[in-house]
Amino acid sequence: MNIACIVLVSLGILFLVLGAVGLIRFPDFYTRLHAAGKCDTLGSMLIVSGLALYDGFSLTSVKIIAIAVFIFLTSPTATHAILRAAFKNNVSHWTKDKQ
Amino acid sequence: MLDFFLWAAVAILAASLLGLYRALFGPTIIDRIIGVNVIGTKTIAVILLIGLIFKQVDMFIDIAFVYALINFIGTLAFCKYMERKGVHGGPSK
Repeated sequence: MNIACIVLVSLGILFLVLGAVGLIRFPDFYTRLHAAGKCDTLGSMLIVSGLALYDGFSLTSVKIIAIAVFIFLTSPTATHAILRAAFKNNVSHWTKDKQ
Repeated sequence: MLDFFLWAAVAILAASLLGLYRALFGPTIIDRIIGVNVIGTKTIAVILLIGLIFKQVDMFIDIAFVYALINFIGTLAFCKYMERKGVHGGPSK
């Protein structure tokens, strides 16, 4: 059980770090949101699921799984809301000429 | 195992420093919103790890749940405000 926990948490940290690097390196608002939204959702869900496996099956792990389900529902919704606010205000996207 | 949790929390905090850079120096307001949202999502995992390190998971789970709720509601409210008022702060890079 501990090995599964370590593997899941390490994978989640890998995804979080890659998403943060994408947040720094990409040239445009939309591409930054592309990196941050998906990598954050998957990384947080992996870490939280790995921590749920640590204690075995109990009320605690059920509540941690509830947090994972909540992240799965709300993080893409927040990403969509941010994207809609930018799109309705005509934030220009990156093209090859502008670099 | 507790050492692993400690180093995992340190790694997540290092990743959230990159989000802090985007929240501080973002070219537009929307970039700052992304940075804050990213930091908030990482903080949920850090709160759970702190609860496991101090062996008080029962208390820290509720804190993490409330933090996830506040993060979501805050981002949504800010986006609604920006959608009505308009995004200022210069053109996107």
